[in-house]
Amino acid sequence: MFKKYLLYILISGVCIAGIAFPIVKVPQHWWEYPLIPGLEENAKIIFFHVPTAWISVIAFFMSAYFGFRYLRSRDMAFDAKALAANQLGMVFCVLATVTGSVWAKFNWGSFWNWDPRETSIFILLLIYGALFALRSAVEVEEKRATLSAAYSLIAFVTVPFLIFIMPRIMTGLHPGSADDETSGPVIDFKMNMNMRMVFYLSLTAFTLLYSWMWSIGYRSILIKEKIFQNKELK
Amino acid sequence: MFALFRKDSASELRTRYALNSLIMFIVVTISVILFSSVNETLPESLTGGLLWVVVFFTAMSGLSRAFVSEEERGTTLTLQLIAKAEVVFGGKLIFNTVLIFCMNLVTLAFYALVMDSFVLRTPSVFFLAFGIGSIGISGASTVIAAIIAKANSKGTLYPVLSFPILLPLFLLLIDLTKLSIEGTTPDAAFVELAALVSYDVVIITASFLLFDFIWKD
Repeated sequence: MFKKYLLYILISGVCIAGIAFPIVKVPQHWWEYPLIPGLEENAKIIFFHVPTAWISVIAFFMSAYFGFRYLRSRDMAFDAKALAANQLGMVFCVLATVTGSVWAKFNWGSFWNWDPRETSIFILLLIYGALFALRSAVEVEEKRATLSAAYSLIAFVTVPFLIFIMPRIMTGLHPGSADDETSGPVIDFKMNMNMRMVFYLSLTAFTLLYSWMWSIGYRSILIKEKIFQNKELK
Repeated sequence: MFALFRKDSASELRTRYALNSLIMFIVVTISVILFSSVNETLPESLTGGLLWVVVFFTAMSGLSRAFVSEEERGTTLTLQLIAKAEVVFGGKLIFNTVLIFCMNLVTLAFYALVMDSFVLRTPSVFFLAFGIGSIGISGASTVIAAIIAKANSKGTLYPVLSFPILLPLFLLLIDLTKLSIEGTTPDAAFVELAALVSYDVVIITASFLLFDFIWKD
């Protein structure tokens, strides 16, 4: 109970800090961010775009991990956990893509450019969609769990290619590509102290939100299955 | 493993149904591209990419047959009984690799014939990418074919599942084709070729490890 309220406060704090705090050339007070040349007002979206993208990747890793656990133990609880991770991962992936598009429109002029990182988030979206399509095409529960576990593991081995290697090799628009001088996409981002703190808070808040939603999600899936089984027995 | 490959290739060559339809598919697709670019010359980078588009759709049409044909003919159970999982997968993988290699060669030949702007300045880069890429395509496609063989709407599900897995491979291949058209030496393209090889190794290893779970009920 207490955790829920803490989460509410944290998220609302992050939203307020992320949106309402002004960006000025020379910060005078603790609630003002400095102006980063080239980004200006757009910088604030970093508080929402990066955590959602990060969470969608984490959800994908979790789905692959629980798929692996399922294949070892054949315990349906792992399949429920993987499914909950997939559902949430899809939501966060859509959010990451949309926020990224919006940022791209304001920063570089068009909504979609096939920059390597944009392509990789698009592929992640396709992987999630494919997982759902696969699930709906198999009726036998255990076969469905096995096949989706196998597919998420196969997709998992190709993800490091997309997310970490290709954006660095190929030239692109995103910060951190081959032709960009900044060393990394986020951490060395010339962020001011209070901006960095709000960013870390935002990352923490989104992670907590995700883990809370995920634990509710997989438990509700398990309960639903139990209800179905009871109905069949009656 | 080779016995399985020989059996599959014998049954394919006996009817030649699949081979004919795949070759017709390649011809039709390239013709469509030609019709839509009748008076305009395509820029060189675009022709490189289009080659792999044709290859992708040919692979999607043809490679799922490895496992789906077993399901259709009802011989899956027999195969499960007489051979170990790795052997079955190895045989199917070899079959698919040979098939996609032949299909890609036909595509390449036809494409080079009709597309004027498809000139390779460093063929070595291209042919390396071609060979390694074909192995990678068949590796990913075979394991996905095993997955969808047990599913319901096989035909539409196959491209949906394969596309995210194959996309990094195709991006690398398109990039390498572009580099070879521009005339980059193999040394300069080394990073991409290394990434291609590592993709192949990773996908085939993962497929061998996972195939046992997919194959057995």
